[in-house]
Amino acid sequence: MITINHYLVLASILFVIGIFGVFLNKKNIIIILMSIELMLLSVNINFVAFSSYLNDIMGQIFSLLILTVAAAEAAIGLAILVIYFRNKGSISVDDINEMKG
Amino acid sequence: MIVVSTLFYLFSFIMIASAFMVVLSRNPVHSVLFLILCFFNSAGIFLLLGAEFLAFILVIVYVGAVAVLFLFVVMMLDVEFKSITSTVISYLPIGMTIGFILLAELMLVLFTWNRDSVKMMSYTTENNEQMSNTEMLGMVLYTDNILFFQLAGLILLASMIGAIVLTVNHRPHRPSAKRQNISVQVDRDPKESIENIKVKPGSGI
Repeated sequence: MITINHYLVLASILFVIGIFGVFLNKKNIIIILMSIELMLLSVNINFVAFSSYLNDIMGQIFSLLILTVAAAEAAIGLAILVIYFRNKGSISVDDINEMKG
Repeated sequence: MIVVSTLFYLFSFIMIASAFMVVLSRNPVHSVLFLILCFFNSAGIFLLLGAEFLAFILVIVYVGAVAVLFLFVVMMLDVEFKSITSTVISYLPIGMTIGFILLAELMLVLFTWNRDSVKMMSYTTENNEQMSNTEMLGMVLYTDNILFFQLAGLILLASMIGAIVLTVNHRPHRPSAKRQNISVQVDRDPKESIENIKVKPGSGI
């Protein structure tokens, strides 16, 4: 019997893997963007699981909006990545230190 | 019920394994391909939850657009595949610490949470069993949540304009792109641009 807790555990494991990815990949921003996509996906699983559990369609609508924002974020992030690579020839996080932050 | 359990464990196992491979894979192309596998399996999870529309939107939008965009960018950038092992080892302790703290917190919330406290049925799906999931989503999205729908469209428009503005390059010494020069085009005079040539028979111009 699969309960909502199974889905929530799955979503939290996926979220933590996404956070792992953000911390571990300092050489490649593309992997960091993919990890952010994984985190958004886990949030979507959470929303849909609660939507199914509560018999409430609102969670799926929120999930749809998250999908929209994720697509927009990926497009903008990759555009910034492309012009950064065009200017500097590298996408390593360690090289992004222009602002000394 | 056993079928649902089997499918859930299959999908979630492949999903977690491929998510790990996204993070740990050395080659970014393999990462993108594992990301696509992860999206397919989460579409399966959504199907198990009864959200068919979102499952297919996930396949169409994520796999069809976002993952392919990632793949294009990965292949276009031509990044050398440096070995990431050194940085992984140096960042592993802090990543592990934060990840496990977060996982422990999430599990703590999950297993001490009182299910009965969550009750907020705004748009119940129980009464209309004859409606499909897509129809139900449309009924709610286009009526009561039309503002959200239009805001989502606005976000997509803004991101599209942003991406185009960021990546367009006006380099005049590159003749590959033919651009319009409006004033020159408007100022063209028929007297100068049309020329009558007497062609001698038997020879070209």
